[in-house]
Amino acid sequence: MSKRALGIGLVLLVVACALPFVLSNYRTFQMTLVLVYAIALLGLNILTGYNGQISLGHGAFYALGAYCTAILMDRWGVPYWATIPVAGAVCLVAGFVFGLPALRLEGLYLALATFALGVATPQLLKYHLLEKWTGGVQGIVIMKPSPPFGLPLNPDQWLYFFTLAIAAGMFILAYNLIRGRIGRALVAIRDQHIAAEAMGINNALYKSLAFGVSAMFTGVAGALGAVAVQFVAPDSFNIFLSITLLVGIVVGGLASISGALYGAIFIQFVPNLADEISKAAPWAIFGVFMIGFVYLMPTGVAGAVRLIKRRRAA
Amino acid sequence: MDALLQQVFAGLATGGIYASLALALVMIYQATHLVNFAQGEMAMFSTYIAWALIEAGMPYWAAFFITIGIAFVLGAVIERVVIRPVENASVLAVVVVFIGLLVILNSVAGWIFTYTIKSFPSPFPRELPFGLRFMSPHQLGAIGVTVVVLLLLYAFFRFTPLGLAMRAAAQNPESSRLVGIRVGWMLALGWGLAAAIGSVAGMMVAPIVYLDPNMMSGVLLYAFAAALVGGIDNPWGAVIGGFVVGVLENVLGAFVIGNELKLSVALIIIIGVLLVKPSGFFGRVQVTRV
Repeated sequence: MSKRALGIGLVLLVVACALPFVLSNYRTFQMTLVLVYAIALLGLNILTGYNGQISLGHGAFYALGAYCTAILMDRWGVPYWATIPVAGAVCLVAGFVFGLPALRLEGLYLALATFALGVATPQLLKYHLLEKWTGGVQGIVIMKPSPPFGLPLNPDQWLYFFTLAIAAGMFILAYNLIRGRIGRALVAIRDQHIAAEAMGINNALYKSLAFGVSAMFTGVAGALGAVAVQFVAPDSFNIFLSITLLVGIVVGGLASISGALYGAIFIQFVPNLADEISKAAPWAIFGVFMIGFVYLMPTGVAGAVRLIKRRRAA
Repeated sequence: MDALLQQVFAGLATGGIYASLALALVMIYQATHLVNFAQGEMAMFSTYIAWALIEAGMPYWAAFFITIGIAFVLGAVIERVVIRPVENASVLAVVVVFIGLLVILNSVAGWIFTYTIKSFPSPFPRELPFGLRFMSPHQLGAIGVTVVVLLLLYAFFRFTPLGLAMRAAAQNPESSRLVGIRVGWMLALGWGLAAAIGSVAGMMVAPIVYLDPNMMSGVLLYAFAAALVGGIDNPWGAVIGGFVVGVLENVLGAFVIGNELKLSVALIIIIGVLLVKPSGFFGRVQVTRV
């Protein structure tokens, strides 16, 4: 990791650590959700931004992660922290398996197939044979974890730090993944898959791997989200969740790691602000921003930040 | 046996609606090689316009035709204003714009007309003079309307100079431009027609699924499945695909996997067709040169 990136990362970390002591509990909870979304967006960005495979159904993997955690905690009494790696592993496998048929689909068709996945997700979660575990339409309520080792924190603050630690780990993982050989291979496949193949990159392997890793990130986010919200239910994982994630990467910036954070802040706070106008307003604003960003700022907020920095340096 | 026949006929009725929407998707695909994710929401929005007109005291059929007209204009305007700038952009950009359009139409409909579920009238009599055992009058009427729409479209594309110009613009834009066809306007016209067909589908499905801003998401999925089954570049295939998907959905839903997993049928059809026969059963196989 370069010195500069390390420096920026450390400063961000210090600011992030100070936040729960100046914000109210509710704001702390919201910041936890920002971190959760950031991890999910990171995952979607690896797939869509870096590898060029469009997914309109990533809410399905978010749901899978959330349900893994909820079921493990509710049915088997597994502690919350132990469920996160399990949710990640399950989503890694699920993503890889979904990625295999997706190999044969390009561009528009992949968008179609994943869109169908996103629309069908709530119905699959409600399926009566799974009701024993998923709780059907009612969903599952889980307990809020309390801080361990007698730390002088309230549950909201503890959950924030727990999420922050995992998010930091995931960002470092994504950073190293993208900066290295694998990241270059992913970008090469996106830009010119035939040339990539000719250079000796195993397209099929990397593309399904990208799907798996992307699903793992999103699944971990789903698991953390379930712990934070303390509740999972089929109808909260509808197609609009998948679209929200798409909005996040478009606004934050495609193919950018910092973009995940900008996007997460956007999708967490803009609906809250817009909700005061009308129930429908957040989505109208999301839609306008999606189209507006494609026209005016295709590299998103992260791209604009890069541009400003470059102008300053010049 | 009776139960099965009943499901088959119900499937044909909804299949006709899927066929109309699939046809709208295919029309836009043929002209621009794009799949319009907002097609369902455009249809939903038009249906709300029809509802508002009927609420204002207009007779059903007057509202029906005025809505088709409004939908046509709306579709053409959307093409000119929103889609034109991304005509040559990457697939991702186009998909994002379509999804943006989808959520805007969805939320504006919710904003204006609220999210409460409304009932939508059926224009067909409650009881038919001749007793039909297997179908409700609305189902029969919906199939009839679908067939009329298909015949009109066929006649338009086959026998009118404008239809010929539109086909030419879709098949070979460069040459069409050379012989004096305004290709840009033909695309807008295609979008308008697709929106008009979609609005018919919306008004036919609304009495069955009831009117609310999210009513079309399932229908759109089935229409995607229908278009893919038939081959996304073949209008006739899309129509046959619509009826096939409608019957499959009803029969499988009633007897095999239960109604609660109906949408998954569409998911499985979509993925299955794309994997096994990506060009569909009636589509042309695309061969590209490396």
